[in-house]
Amino acid sequence: MSQSYNRGLIEDFSRWREFEAGMWAWIFHKFTGWVLIGYLFTHIAVLSTGIPAAGAGEAAIMAGEDVYTQTIVSLESLLLVRLLEVGLLAVAVFHMLNGTRLLLVDLGVGLDAQDKSFYASLILTGAITVASVPTFIAGAF
Amino acid sequence: MAERYSSFQSGGRMWLLQRITAAFLLVVLAFHFFLLHFVHHADEVSFLASSARMEQISYYSLMILFLVTATFHGVNGVYNALVNQGLTGTKRTVIKWTLVAASAVLILQGVRTANAWAGIGLY
Repeated sequence: MSQSYNRGLIEDFSRWREFEAGMWAWIFHKFTGWVLIGYLFTHIAVLSTGIPAAGAGEAAIMAGEDVYTQTIVSLESLLLVRLLEVGLLAVAVFHMLNGTRLLLVDLGVGLDAQDKSFYASLILTGAITVASVPTFIAGAF
Repeated sequence: MAERYSSFQSGGRMWLLQRITAAFLLVVLAFHFFLLHFVHHADEVSFLASSARMEQISYYSLMILFLVTATFHGVNGVYNALVNQGLTGTKRTVIKWTLVAASAVLILQGVRTANAWAGIGLY
């Protein structure tokens, strides 16, 4: 039988002290989602330098002197950009792991352990991020 | 019976599409990160290398599908978040169509960039 359930106004963030694991998962998923869509627009804007670069002469492209290559190389030489990339990885990994958790719960798997799977998502995100730092920072110094 | 607890309207077409694109993006985003940060490295990026990848029809098709699904999933997620925050009426309609327009621009610009790398004349 279907029942109505008064969950209160969950969008009221002033109640944050009362939040349990599932609510934090919901907030983190939303926050990481906002970051990722913001990044997608920025990412395409930066990659769009490939459009004028395609019109550069073959010699410039072969020498890596086109505007796309120069833009990416300049950005990647900044330590701040490398650190932001590590942050982006953390945000993406959490969104993916927690998203997997949500898909499974929607399929009826793991609802009883949804708090534990949230903590597992956090720990795994931390581990993957830390393990990726050397690769993401390589060549920045 | 366990109470369903979800922010989304279950059973709707957009609800299902959000989940189908999620499953697809899980795989392709992991591939994207792995290929462009672990197989190749950030400081080795060049127009030539990007072009060499994009000239393969399989890679080009996958990236176009990646662009479209990521845009849908992200923008629909934003719309759902705003509706959850209480967005209604005219504001809701205006924001909905603004998001649709932003998505169209993003996809158009992404396709133009992919075409430029792939050597397709349409950019």
